[in-house]
Amino acid sequence: MDLAIDILIGVMAAATPLVFAAIGEIVVEKAGVLNLGVEGMMIVGAIAAFAASIATGSPTIGVLAALMAGVLMALLFGILTLTLLSNQVATGLALTMFGLGLSSLVGQSYTGMAAAPFPRLDIAGLSTLPVIGRLLFARDALFYLSLALVAATAYGLTRTRAGLVLRAIGENHDAAHAIGYRVVAYRYLAVLFGGACAGLGGAYLSLVQTPFWVEKMTAGRGWIALALVVFAAWRPERALAGAYLFGGISVLQLHTQAVGFRVDAQILAMIPYLVTILVLVLMSADRTRLKFSAPACLGKPFFAAA
Amino acid sequence: MKAPLLRLDGLTKRFPGVVANEDVSLDVVRGQIHALLGENGAGKSTLVKMIYGIMRPDAGEMRFEGKPYAPANPAEARARGIGIVFQHFSLFDAMTVTDNIALGLPVTQCGPDLSYRIGKLSTSYGLTIDPARIVGTLSVGERQRVEIIRCLLQVPRLLIMDEPTSVLTPLEVDMLFATLRRLSFEGCAVLYISHKLEEISALCGSATILRGGRVIATCDPRRETARSLAEMMIGTTLAPTSPLVAQEGPVCLAVNQLSLPSDMPFGVDLDDVAFDVRRGEILGLAGVAGNGQSELMDALTGERMAAVAEAITLDDTAIGHLGPVERRKLGMAFVPEERLGHAAVPDLSLTDNTLLAAAAGDGLIWRGWVRKRKARHFAERIVATFDVRTTGPQQSARALSGGNLQKFIVGREILLDPAVLIVAQPTWGVDAGATAAIHQALLDLAAKGCAIVVISQDLDELFALATRIAVIAQGRLSQPAPTASLTIEAIGQAMGGGTTAAPVKREPVDA
Repeated sequence: MDLAIDILIGVMAAATPLVFAAIGEIVVEKAGVLNLGVEGMMIVGAIAAFAASIATGSPTIGVLAALMAGVLMALLFGILTLTLLSNQVATGLALTMFGLGLSSLVGQSYTGMAAAPFPRLDIAGLSTLPVIGRLLFARDALFYLSLALVAATAYGLTRTRAGLVLRAIGENHDAAHAIGYRVVAYRYLAVLFGGACAGLGGAYLSLVQTPFWVEKMTAGRGWIALALVVFAAWRPERALAGAYLFGGISVLQLHTQAVGFRVDAQILAMIPYLVTILVLVLMSADRTRLKFSAPACLGKPFFAAA
Repeated sequence: MKAPLLRLDGLTKRFPGVVANEDVSLDVVRGQIHALLGENGAGKSTLVKMIYGIMRPDAGEMRFEGKPYAPANPAEARARGIGIVFQHFSLFDAMTVTDNIALGLPVTQCGPDLSYRIGKLSTSYGLTIDPARIVGTLSVGERQRVEIIRCLLQVPRLLIMDEPTSVLTPLEVDMLFATLRRLSFEGCAVLYISHKLEEISALCGSATILRGGRVIATCDPRRETARSLAEMMIGTTLAPTSPLVAQEGPVCLAVNQLSLPSDMPFGVDLDDVAFDVRRGEILGLAGVAGNGQSELMDALTGERMAAVAEAITLDDTAIGHLGPVERRKLGMAFVPEERLGHAAVPDLSLTDNTLLAAAAGDGLIWRGWVRKRKARHFAERIVATFDVRTTGPQQSARALSGGNLQKFIVGREILLDPAVLIVAQPTWGVDAGATAAIHQALLDLAAKGCAIVVISQDLDELFALATRIAVIAQGRLSQPAPTASLTIEAIGQAMGGGTTAAPVKREPVDA
């Protein structure tokens, strides 16, 4: 029983960075922007969190540093693609490579160091419940935040005015502009939100999940998050489920080895991508459905010619 | 004389290299339907964008209800009581009617009772619509109703309609006019932009005519003829097109039992379509947009293959399984509806665009090598023959105005001397002068023995060109009948879509 709980906690820990990054990217893509720089923003967030928490001894400051770092990376992306109208795909790829390089450079002196343990935040009255208490109510603050973020994003996108406008802009930016919405401003906010989320995902990685710095420690999680967005058909609650599924696969990898059941780690590492490709194929088999879920203006540059 | 509701005084707007509006002044009176007439590029859109706060004038001033009016953005224009229905609807396909309307209203008007208010208003104006429908599943006429309801919910004093009838069936036009007349009766002024002259004479109480960004004349359209208005618009006299004398040539292109499921979201499946076209004949296919025309066009060009090769035959050869290049080699030519991106590559030069379509037929490519000089001469010949206004064949397709590019594309296909020409919406958004030129070119081509199929929503156009007309509705094609035996009203009935009595039936997409 304890082993099962340990495994589940491991799954949740592995999934949480994916939840942050995927939720951020869903908002970005719903606004019609394709930011492929998630991996880069995550890794910069991870090193910023690690460095700041080593320097100050405060995990909170570490988390805030990651958030800021993610926002700054996203701002760079926003200026390039939204103001200077550079190609979103190329800029996103460049952002990832830039982030990986920058984090390695900054992280040189931190290699092998360990971060202060991230504080546990027990929810009074609930954390002592059997099983559920340990699983859900005796965790860290970022874990709670990730769940709250999913709920808030799902609600915000479908039930609020701002969410409606954001979706409208991703659906048809010319029409939104003609009605009088500030397309570029909304997109900046969405992109910055995406950066903040990716930064938080990175912080979770380097402060909670594996609390020490390893070069390129995101190891493709940014790409999994991007795949998750499509996998989840741009719905936050599905992204949560997908993140736990993909997180579960990565944890499974460790435990199968422990019990001597031999599956090559490389094969397990491939599974999220294979599943995503499968989902993509299934979705695009019915073109009418794909059109329904993908924002129609995704990746298209907007220029207010009028 | 009543005090004007909207007064424009000396409005000027310059763009790099172009003066879009120069010293434009006009008055719109309360409750009046005022026409704004002009060819493409005459400056109508720019003027409207300034009134609606999308652009700001470089000089001149506006007054609305007697007070100075300089809207910084569309929200301010709406707050002052100005509504607009754009030619290209500002709607969001994947969202519901209610969401779409909410996006165009101030937050304070978007309470939970919005759906109810939409229902109430649409009933009282006869603009039937279901607030819960996804906009992508609506017909064009229904989409326009969504736009109009969005405006009316804000109780406008001035409603701007930008080319509202270009996509409507005759019956829908009548319903729209009834709505506009009622609004005018209730005191709402309408600024009505169009280049369809008959309807302006029927609807509008006064008209301002723009040419080259300047006001050419202000007149009472009820005292003018369509011809006199057209001549004021284009500044020259129009040569009448000579009608085609029907010749009984042999059947050239035949379509038989063509059924094809659509591969587009919100598309229409082709259902047992059959027709044939003789040499020297123009067959007109009428229908409201979105009734299977795009699917039929794809099937005829070979962009999509028919299930059975025999479904389409050219001179008794089955061609249903051939792609566009093979069909072109057999003497077919095509003018797709969308000029930029389908009929022409926007960023390529006119020469390269000639090459792409004509290579198969005219020896512009020799053993895999492009014969640049020959291609350029061909492009120059198109430009000269069809009076395309351009700086030369090296200019990119995107740089040409809509009408000029259309002349170029139609010209390119005609100069290939095809046995069969398939044309979709030959004059959509093209001004009167270019329209006349394109019509004459098609008639001349038919007279030389080419079999032509014209797919169009514009009934006036079909009546001017076609020897026989068939109607496409819901992916089915009616039996073609000689044009002389038909009336616009009868065709309009057959086109059917968008009436309250017979709503366009569509399969739910997200079932």
